[in-house]
Amino acid sequence: MSEQSATLGREDVAHVASLARLALTDEELDRFTVQLARVIDHARDVAALDVAEVEPTSHPVPMRNVLRPDVVGECLGRHEVLAAAPECEDGRFKVPRVIGEAP
Amino acid sequence: MSGPSTGWEIVVGLEVHCELQTKTKLFCACPNAFGDEPNTNVCPVCLGLPGSLPVLNEQAVELAMRIGAALHCEVRSSSFHRKNYFYPDMPKDYQISQYDQPINVGGYLELPDGSRVGIVRAHIEEDTGKTSHRGESGRIHSADYALVDYNRSGVPLVEIVTEPDIRSAAQARAFVAELRGVLVAAEASDARMEEGSLRIDANVSVRAEGTEQLGTRCEIKNLNSLRSLGLAIEHEAARQVAVIDAGGRVVQETRHWDEQGGRTVPLRSKEEAFDYRYFPEPDLVPLDPDADWKARAAAGVGMLPAERRARLAALVGSPTSQQTDQLQAAVDQGLDDLVVAAVEAGAPAGLALVRAVNELAVDLVAARALDPGSFAALLQLEESGALSPTQAKTVLATLRDAGGGDPGAIARSKGFEALAEATLEGVVRDVVDAHPDEWARYLAGDDKLAGFFTGQVMKATSGKANGKAVAGALRRLRG
Amino acid sequence: MSAREIARAVRAGERSARGVVEESLAAIAERDGEVHAFLLVTGDEARSAADAIDAAVADGRDPGPLAGVPVALKDNLCTKGIPTTCASRILEGWRPPYDATVVTRLRRAGAVVVGKTNLDEFAMGSSTENSCAGPTRHPADPSRVPGGSSGGSAAAVAAGFVPLALGSDTGGSVRQPAALCGTVGVKPTYGAVSRYGLVAFASSLDQIGPLAASVEDAALLLEVIAGHDPLDSTSIAQAAPEVTASLDVGVAGLRVGVCDELVEGTAPDVVARVQQAADALVDAGAHVTRVSVPEMRYGLSAYYLIAPAEASSNLARYDGVRYGLRVPASDVAAMNVATRTAGFGPEVKRRIMLGTYALSAGYYDAYYAKAQRVRTLLIEAFSRAYEQVDVLLGATAPTTAFPIGERVDDPMAMYMSDVCTIPSNLAGHPAISVPFGTGDDGLPVGVQVLAPALEEARMFQAAAAIERAAPAPGSGTK
Ligand SMILES: [Mg+2]
Ligand SMILES: [Zn+2]
Repeated sequence: MSEQSATLGREDVAHVASLARLALTDEELDRFTVQLARVIDHARDVAALDVAEVEPTSHPVPMRNVLRPDVVGECLGRHEVLAAAPECEDGRFKVPRVIGEAP
Repeated sequence: MSGPSTGWEIVVGLEVHCELQTKTKLFCACPNAFGDEPNTNVCPVCLGLPGSLPVLNEQAVELAMRIGAALHCEVRSSSFHRKNYFYPDMPKDYQISQYDQPINVGGYLELPDGSRVGIVRAHIEEDTGKTSHRGESGRIHSADYALVDYNRSGVPLVEIVTEPDIRSAAQARAFVAELRGVLVAAEASDARMEEGSLRIDANVSVRAEGTEQLGTRCEIKNLNSLRSLGLAIEHEAARQVAVIDAGGRVVQETRHWDEQGGRTVPLRSKEEAFDYRYFPEPDLVPLDPDADWKARAAAGVGMLPAERRARLAALVGSPTSQQTDQLQAAVDQGLDDLVVAAVEAGAPAGLALVRAVNELAVDLVAARALDPGSFAALLQLEESGALSPTQAKTVLATLRDAGGGDPGAIARSKGFEALAEATLEGVVRDVVDAHPDEWARYLAGDDKLAGFFTGQVMKATSGKANGKAVAGALRRLRG
Repeated sequence: MSAREIARAVRAGERSARGVVEESLAAIAERDGEVHAFLLVTGDEARSAADAIDAAVADGRDPGPLAGVPVALKDNLCTKGIPTTCASRILEGWRPPYDATVVTRLRRAGAVVVGKTNLDEFAMGSSTENSCAGPTRHPADPSRVPGGSSGGSAAAVAAGFVPLALGSDTGGSVRQPAALCGTVGVKPTYGAVSRYGLVAFASSLDQIGPLAASVEDAALLLEVIAGHDPLDSTSIAQAAPEVTASLDVGVAGLRVGVCDELVEGTAPDVVARVQQAADALVDAGAHVTRVSVPEMRYGLSAYYLIAPAEASSNLARYDGVRYGLRVPASDVAAMNVATRTAGFGPEVKRRIMLGTYALSAGYYDAYYAKAQRVRTLLIEAFSRAYEQVDVLLGATAPTTAFPIGERVDDPMAMYMSDVCTIPSNLAGHPAISVPFGTGDDGLPVGVQVLAPALEEARMFQAAAAIERAAPAPGSGTK
């Protein structure tokens, strides 16, 4: 693991894969660790910048108060909605059992 | 089981999710409606279909600002973040919510007993869809599969977060009851717990009385009635005290109120740690309401329950503790406007309050529609002694059912002629003569017998006599 | 035939839209087996749309400014009832119940959609090799990539299948394949074109843009798709810029800055073409100077923090619950994992994990938040440059089209393909790639014109002048 980055290791990749609901084989884990570490290493120039005084940009063209009147519009037909569903029952989307409740 | 043993203090903070009563959802034009066929009020946006984008509902912002104004918050510029986590009822697998820049911060709510509960924030966010667990028991852990309906997905919510200022289950209930009144007054939400338009999470901890430091808290999720709220807090506090008494430590966790078992139970926690990876929602721009809009929103808040109680209290003068309860009941039941109008039409305030809360409350819809002038006229007849309380109640029931009318005419049609003073004197004398032993004891100072004689007079007059007039006649006979 | 000429002829009744569309479909049928620009050809829909245009012309109704013009759509643009896959297994079989705003506008303008083009999965890539349906090949050299991620759209135009196509540009995905294929490619100002119905990759960077055989056709297409859309909160509340009017204005007096950072590090034959384009602008009356925007050097790093971060969130919804692929499992979380693991290709997984990392607790401030601040620095640096010059000039891509397979196993090398295009996305500024001769290998070179936000007219002014001066195809650099 000579190429392994100090900033991003195998456990980090395993952790983010689980957060992102992806499963990786051991071989993938090794490969992705090397590849992602290279990108993160490249990003060190940005991580090292002192930009605390600089405002972040999330929208290149500043805008505010983009609003919509509270007027009812058209919905999709239910057949259209459920046509895309991998599985449905009683007009609802069917999924395997849910373990744990929403946070 | 009630609260924790003496020597312990309960500390509670609440998170209240309240659905706003807009016509449409927060980010799309689908109807914000309860109880429709599943997956009929949905579109690409609230289904989170690829390529769809949110556009903020102006009225939801206005209602959120009303709530802020009603809770004495500072209404500020705000922005939206994404809260990322996977759950099947959340179509984008992130929730759009306000995070570090909420629209309302730093207010309070004053409860009827005069205590104040601080408000940390009241922010805008979107609701999720609804998951129904299916299988043998219908319970989550043993379900075979689940069904998801997205009609509720994207319904606008305001999440109100209190300071940990609440010190008892009763105070928590009082807070929620008062908050409901505020939300309804602001016309921001119908605040119906049974329909899920008001949902409560309680953060509960305990600490030794007299200490300052907060104990480790547990969050009890989704309490859906005032009763559950109170019971869950009491049981959770008692559980925590028991843990500490046994030499253990309270573990910070999320728990669920088990209504049947009468206890809180830990939710099965996922192995993955919660890491919501908040970041600014790039599909929305900042919200920066100007002073005019804020003022318009604040002006849209109707009279708050506290103002309504104060208004009644001022009419009554200095209310007794019983009257304090009555005027709160009048406000809670929405009868205070009637009482005020009746008093303005000449009714005695105390009597109007009593009759409203005790007699009219049996049919609130009819009571709220009652003509205040008729109500006032009836109360004047009762006050003057022209009608006995019993007669007055009977006439009032007729007035309430008819929405109003002439109470004098109704009384006459029922044969409720007030007895002339001379006639009454005669009846009293007859009763005294018929009960010489009792009369002797009364003369000897046994005042309790006044009630006996009054009862006999009422019987003899079929309830037409006025109690006060009977008492006066008795006093005069005694000399 | 140019889009302009087709529309004129169809509107005048000189040609039938049906005839034009049949020619386009025939060209696709003949050569797309080799190029593989299209994931789906919608022949039946195209024929009936063309017939409707012809009927409108016959009835004397206005068939729109793009009457009868065949267009190809990158397959990350939603088309009602027509499969939209983003070249991903995870969206296999999905038919959107709605049209993207740009698609609605195209149809209203009389354009005829002939199909959906190949792309890197979810627009993540620079070569169109990351497609679940296999790569698109460069029309001039099938052993090479067409660039990406809008490689299918660029190849479709370059191969002459269609005069117009739409792509999306998050870090150069319209301009870079345009440069590699020898077509014009435009990235409009962020917010100029509605993103409604564009399957999101990185929301704060994504813009839909035209690909065309000429600057004029690109301008025509931009005028049709741009302009305010109430369905996109980030859509600028302005009408579409009138760019066609600026094509013949010329560049006399225009201040052009050849940008050091857009030349350094690019191949010598590409540098030579940029210099030649600058000289041509001088000849046309422009003032050309050299300028530097040093903050551009942080662009690649900032981009590969921001874009994956937003992507990790945007792609969370592909969970097997509501549409697309589902791989069954015993509980819903396991089903999510199985579906996403089977449905996404390696590049998408890399970026999702990278973005999840950049946003996760403990790293947000060091990475995502910092990268957003770097955008501010970059915008300020651009502003300083635009005090001295009206537009910037540079290369679009560091090299000409590279061989298929060359960079697939080295993500960092692949990411470098976008080094010249990324700054405009981070700043939200418009930029255009114009073909300008070929490199030493005989493959096309694109030069890039950058302009400040909402200054598309100025950008097209310079682009048209460059196009007029471009060497004939096949002429060398020396
Ligand atoms: Mg919340
Ligand atoms: Zn909707």
